[in-house]
Amino acid sequence: MKEFLEGSMAVARTVQLCKPGVISAYPITPQTHIVEELAQMVADGHLNAEFVNVESEHSAASVVLGALAAGVRAYTATSSQGLLLMSEVIFNIAGMRLPLVLTDANRAISAPINIWNDQQDTVSLRDAGWVQLYVENLQETVDFHIMAYKLAEDKNIMLPVMVCMDGFILTHGIESVDMPSQEQVDKFLPPYKALYKLDVDNPMTLGPLADPDYYTEARYAIQETQKKVLEVIPRLTADFARAFGRTYNGLIEEYHTKDAERVIVAMGSVCGSIKDVVDELRSKGKKVGLLKIVSYRPFPAQEIYDALKNVSKVGVVDRAVSLGSFAPLASEIKATFFGKKKKPDTISSFVVGLGGRDITKDSIKEIFRMLTQKEKTGEFIDLKPELLKENYE
Amino acid sequence: MFGPLNCKAGTSKKNKTGAWRVELRPKYLHQNCIACKLCVTACPEGCIIPGEKNAFEFDAAYCKGCGLCAAICPKKDIAMVKEEEQKSK
Amino acid sequence: MKEIRIHARAGQGAITTATLLGNAYFQKGMYPYAFPHFGAARMGAPMNAFVRVDSVPVRLRSQIYEPDYLIIVDATLMRGFNCFSGLQENGIAIINHREGVEVPKVGARQKTYVVPANDIAMKTIGRPLGNTALLGAFCAATGDLDLDSLNVAIKKRFAGKAQEGNLEAIKLGYAFVNDLKKSTT
Repeated sequence: MKEFLEGSMAVARTVQLCKPGVISAYPITPQTHIVEELAQMVADGHLNAEFVNVESEHSAASVVLGALAAGVRAYTATSSQGLLLMSEVIFNIAGMRLPLVLTDANRAISAPINIWNDQQDTVSLRDAGWVQLYVENLQETVDFHIMAYKLAEDKNIMLPVMVCMDGFILTHGIESVDMPSQEQVDKFLPPYKALYKLDVDNPMTLGPLADPDYYTEARYAIQETQKKVLEVIPRLTADFARAFGRTYNGLIEEYHTKDAERVIVAMGSVCGSIKDVVDELRSKGKKVGLLKIVSYRPFPAQEIYDALKNVSKVGVVDRAVSLGSFAPLASEIKATFFGKKKKPDTISSFVVGLGGRDITKDSIKEIFRMLTQKEKTGEFIDLKPELLKENYE
Repeated sequence: MFGPLNCKAGTSKKNKTGAWRVELRPKYLHQNCIACKLCVTACPEGCIIPGEKNAFEFDAAYCKGCGLCAAICPKKDIAMVKEEEQKSK
Repeated sequence: MKEIRIHARAGQGAITTATLLGNAYFQKGMYPYAFPHFGAARMGAPMNAFVRVDSVPVRLRSQIYEPDYLIIVDATLMRGFNCFSGLQENGIAIINHREGVEVPKVGARQKTYVVPANDIAMKTIGRPLGNTALLGAFCAATGDLDLDSLNVAIKKRFAGKAQEGNLEAIKLGYAFVNDLKKSTT
């Protein structure tokens, strides 16, 4: 049924529908509303789960790791510094092949301290072995959470999934969402049955030491499984479409890329704004388009290659930086085309909207305009040079 | 190269939070004050000017009208009054 | 597409106002996107909330710089800050009346409605929370929404006495602007 819902509420309601047995989280802006709502549901008896209050994100991640090790579906949510504090455990959860679903309310990283939206937090953890899905609007947020559990718990996958939603823009944004019914979700997502778990009747050790004779294979297996995820996601979205009536690609989304001369590549809620600009420029006869990356991990290189191979000018929008190197998404888009015969003439890279700096239609038009020029590398958009100085005195 | 990084002391003087005052402002009654300075320590803006008994004042340019001074005063010698009332007197 | 910007101080219910307004549009079958922008996260600090609404799902996620409508919950914000910045040529502003605060001159085709929303709220809700009276006024001033849609939004948000009071407040806010319109034509 269509409802007018705040993003955080929509997430909490979706998690409720997915029936986790254990939830543990530590509040942090802009994730707070999600776990506040879930705590309320548990307290009111509307969600039959154990809500474990903890003293830090490191503990929250450890609690849900423990719950999954004991064979119970689990959930946590965090943001920014919270995700970084979890990071040690984040790597462990993937390494131990535990199918956690985590919501990250994307927020900038300190210092300077900043509570507003960019994607530096999750992008910084791209190498952890998790699946990372970036959503554009609240409907996608709801739908990808449901798919995230099914994907994570797939017997051939068993990897954790991070659903990345832009802080404030989506967590505190309120819009129309078609909430699925409990029956629909129950039919789509069967109860979780662990492949292995901590059990006194059948004792085993999870996460033991793996010396040089074993470690490489454990990591190789994750790498191969990530490739498998690229095959599973299209089947999963097809199943989802049959069950819920909404169709997604799940890896990428192409918006007017087929005949486009200039295409922006981006992730998350900014894609909505870019679509509006694409429509506007198209109405003036400009052949522009958008390639939205939904699955950042695994990285759908083949799909990206197919979508962009005939486009002459590509601009990659990063809402994060790899300080001291190329912008993260841009370097991977470039790597996709290295050594290929068919490829764009230029692949420009733009760093946009750090720490909540508003990305206006004008910012996006400026990027499309700059695509007509020579290739840009890590160009900061909407920079204020007057705030920079050569010496600190 | 450096970006915006540190703040020199005194920048909060530029932010005249008195504009945040919406409904109420404190009124020092100057009747039972014992000069305990609890209001001075409680004020989040540090804008109360202490003095002798019954001589405390506040700086309206910074007072946000939060009412902590009135709440903490052990002698109930600070009242929160409507902005307009105070002005008309 | 219509864009609405709400000016208030943190703690004055701007997000609730945006939510109610968005929900009223939602009841009409439209696609609103309501969202806040926080400055300093402290009570009393100036802040904005926004509603962007269209007959198709809203995709644009930037803040609102050129609103069609303005709702100014706290008139003291007009001191020293241009709340009217970017208001469309034929834009409409709904302003909560406040003693001693002057409403700036606006363009020939722009309209301002100063509503004694806090007085209405004192009468109906018993507290000086004029937000819902302003929303009633908004319906009458813009003609975009009827009171029925707003009534549904109020009923979803409030229960019991608060609901009764707020329903009355929007009615009085609506009537106030309608009377103003009649007296000027």
